[in-house]
Amino acid sequence: MGIQVKYFASLRDRLGRAEDRLAATEGMTVAVVWAALWPKTPLPPNTLTAVNMEYASLEQIVRDGDEVAFFPPVTGG
Amino acid sequence: MTIELRCASFEPLVELGRYQVSQGELQGRYGATAIFVGTMRDFNDGEPVRGMTLEHYPGMTERHLQRIVETATQKWSLLDALVIHRVGELRPNDPIVLVAVWSAHRAAAFAACRFIMEELKSKAPFWKREDAATGTRWVEHNTPG
Repeated sequence: MGIQVKYFASLRDRLGRAEDRLAATEGMTVAVVWAALWPKTPLPPNTLTAVNMEYASLEQIVRDGDEVAFFPPVTGG
Repeated sequence: MTIELRCASFEPLVELGRYQVSQGELQGRYGATAIFVGTMRDFNDGEPVRGMTLEHYPGMTERHLQRIVETATQKWSLLDALVIHRVGELRPNDPIVLVAVWSAHRAAAFAACRFIMEELKSKAPFWKREDAATGTRWVEHNTPG
């Protein structure tokens, strides 16, 4: 299955793609997901993260089949 | 309690009236209706704005709007609530969001309407991209109030 990764809004534009997929590893955190996909790009400050559509910290563990999202501060309403 | 995302322009007061008469359980019970309507301006950060795109995170956005309304119903004694939020392409004067809350008395309706709106602005995953005179730009943060 792997981990489905999504990017939104200005972050997606900056990265040049909306989605990634990677294999899960034991004890993988949200921070490790980012570092594995973007080894040369530090996570921009203020980036929000979600796992399975719930806000999550960078330390949260992710598992095979999870959906991880990275996005800038929200500006609705 | 109803949450809707709309990809086409809507008339908040028409929606409000239609919804209110359609909710049988409300009839005779509500003494207060508080509403907030957010509308697209033709300026932001001192620049004219011609249009706007509202992006969202399908699934997460609906889930968080639902949760915000549920939290409001736990905090206050509400009879009903309606949230309609636009996504997609907007023009100046287009409504962005309608929040309507019904309760027996005004205090709960006023407080819950404000709460839902503030929570929506800080937690619901929506992002605005403006079409300004100098090109398109993402709105980086909301105004404080």
